[in-house]
Amino acid sequence: MGNLSQEEAIEGLKKLLIHNDKDEQLSKELETKIEKLISEFLGTTPHDCHPVRRILGGFQSFKTNKFDVYPELFSELAEHQTPKFLVFACCDSRVSPSNILDFQPGEAFMFRNIANLVPPFNQLRYSGVGAAIEYAVVKLNVENILVIGHSRCGGIDRLMELPEDGSTENDFIDDWVQIGLPAKAKVKAEFGHLPLDEQKRECEKEAVNLSLTNLQTYPYVRERMARKALALRGGYYDFVEGCFKLWEVKSIISTPIRS
Amino acid sequence: MSTNSPHFLSIQRLETLPFSVSPMAVPSPPFSLSKHSPSNPPSFLASNPSLDPSKAPVLRPRNAFGSEANLGRVEQTRLRLWNNLKTNSDLRLQASRELPGLTKELESDKSERMERIEHGTDLFDEMKQRFLSFKKHKYMQNLELYEKLAKDQAPKFMVIACADSRVCPSSILGFQPGEAFVVRNVANMVPPYENGPSETNAGLEFAVNSLKVENILVIGHSRCGGIRALMSMHDDVETSSLIGSWVSVGMNARVRTKAATKLLNFDQQCKHCEKESVNCSLVNLLTYPWVEEKVRNGELAIHGGYYDFVDCAFEKWTLDYKESNPIGKSGKVAVKDRAFWF
Repeated sequence: MGNLSQEEAIEGLKKLLIHNDKDEQLSKELETKIEKLISEFLGTTPHDCHPVRRILGGFQSFKTNKFDVYPELFSELAEHQTPKFLVFACCDSRVSPSNILDFQPGEAFMFRNIANLVPPFNQLRYSGVGAAIEYAVVKLNVENILVIGHSRCGGIDRLMELPEDGSTENDFIDDWVQIGLPAKAKVKAEFGHLPLDEQKRECEKEAVNLSLTNLQTYPYVRERMARKALALRGGYYDFVEGCFKLWEVKSIISTPIRS
Repeated sequence: MSTNSPHFLSIQRLETLPFSVSPMAVPSPPFSLSKHSPSNPPSFLASNPSLDPSKAPVLRPRNAFGSEANLGRVEQTRLRLWNNLKTNSDLRLQASRELPGLTKELESDKSERMERIEHGTDLFDEMKQRFLSFKKHKYMQNLELYEKLAKDQAPKFMVIACADSRVCPSSILGFQPGEAFVVRNVANMVPPYENGPSETNAGLEFAVNSLKVENILVIGHSRCGGIRALMSMHDDVETSSLIGSWVSVGMNARVRTKAATKLLNFDQQCKHCEKESVNCSLVNLLTYPWVEEKVRNGELAIHGGYYDFVDCAFEKWTLDYKESNPIGKSGKVAVKDRAFWF
């Protein structure tokens, strides 16, 4: 059957990739070609393919190339996780931090929502985000929070296009993106003279800053920041230009002023 | 207080500084590498305190473009690096029993703080290397795909997964850029329509109505802290923690689990609840009218999944939608196409 020989071919190709660090290095082109072949066999290239086969192929690849290759690491992870990062990223299919920043299993507790927004502390609403922050900061003791925005964000698009009169088309999206209204106001004030597309780009970054500010309204975040146990950073992934920006929140206490 | 005595005027300024670029600089992204002219990466650790070589991770590639390491070796390096950073006890910060206070900060050991800052820089230097590696091995190798994606995304999947660091769908199921719209929250829960707006159903609305995904996959997993919290909650007590407020969404799953697993121990009950909660989320998905309509018309399929990272196995099933209530007479959700991969 065609399937059997396909599996053999995949196994053979994988052996070439995994074991060749003991021998000479493969040339870059050959290696890329092998990977492309494997992914085509497994159906993991982004072509039209059956959804179940797609997931199965992905899982098999993970098991073969990661889980079975690092058994000690994964058995330790099975007992507990000790991620250093809490990451807020957008749900956008193009910006998975595991892809672009190569987070491995166990490294980052990752919360993904529309436009990577963090609402201010509120015990009555937004318990989803609050639960993630509480769990990561208090239970898992993460040391870094990273909020990653990105280019061409649909959520920010919607925020910038929200009608001024407060009318809404969407039940849930509009309610959610309104968290970003302070960022929109700032962008309109500073960059209102720019075309709307450029205002949106500015808002994508400003929304990250807003989220970083809102994070500090959570008492457990504030407490840990005060004793330098937690660092807050913002990031921006621009997949049009192919670049990544990173910045940090710093708080400075100036010297006292004497009268 | 006498007006003549000096007051401590502490003015807290929150500055967001671009990573090691002065705030007044023209915004050229620190990591930016033009896709048209691969040049040497800029040296941007300008303000970095000198790194202690004994703490530096092993096998750090000097120059992303000059690196000859093949992907297999780089993969091992990365996981080894992670291990080094993880086992370094200096990074593990103990919770302080003392009251936090601003004056404490001024008195704290300067070298200790510098150490933490150094390690922070280590971590982010590592992150920079990874991004550059992604750019070199993935982005530049598939420029056409990324240019197409930059214009629009058309993922076939919406995935709802837990925020747990061990269960990223991109890692375990190999989703590539453009393939899956991913919502991640604590314990991969989908609240029902009547609970009102939340970040999860905002994502759902966008994926189903705007992106028109064809599949929704809700993935639960083993040893879930959120489910454990749900199962540990007291029955009648109002919880003040946000975790408690959120996981209460899964109360139905807890009730059904407790009814079905009276003879099992707590760990086994939690495992049962992890899967039961996925099914409850699948049913909750159908409470959204625009979801139900598309499922009824055959435009949208709803699947459940369970990733067991103790044994490395993945279970998958599809909701069998019938015009009538998908919960059968026995109280179980009707499913089909069950598969078990290990």
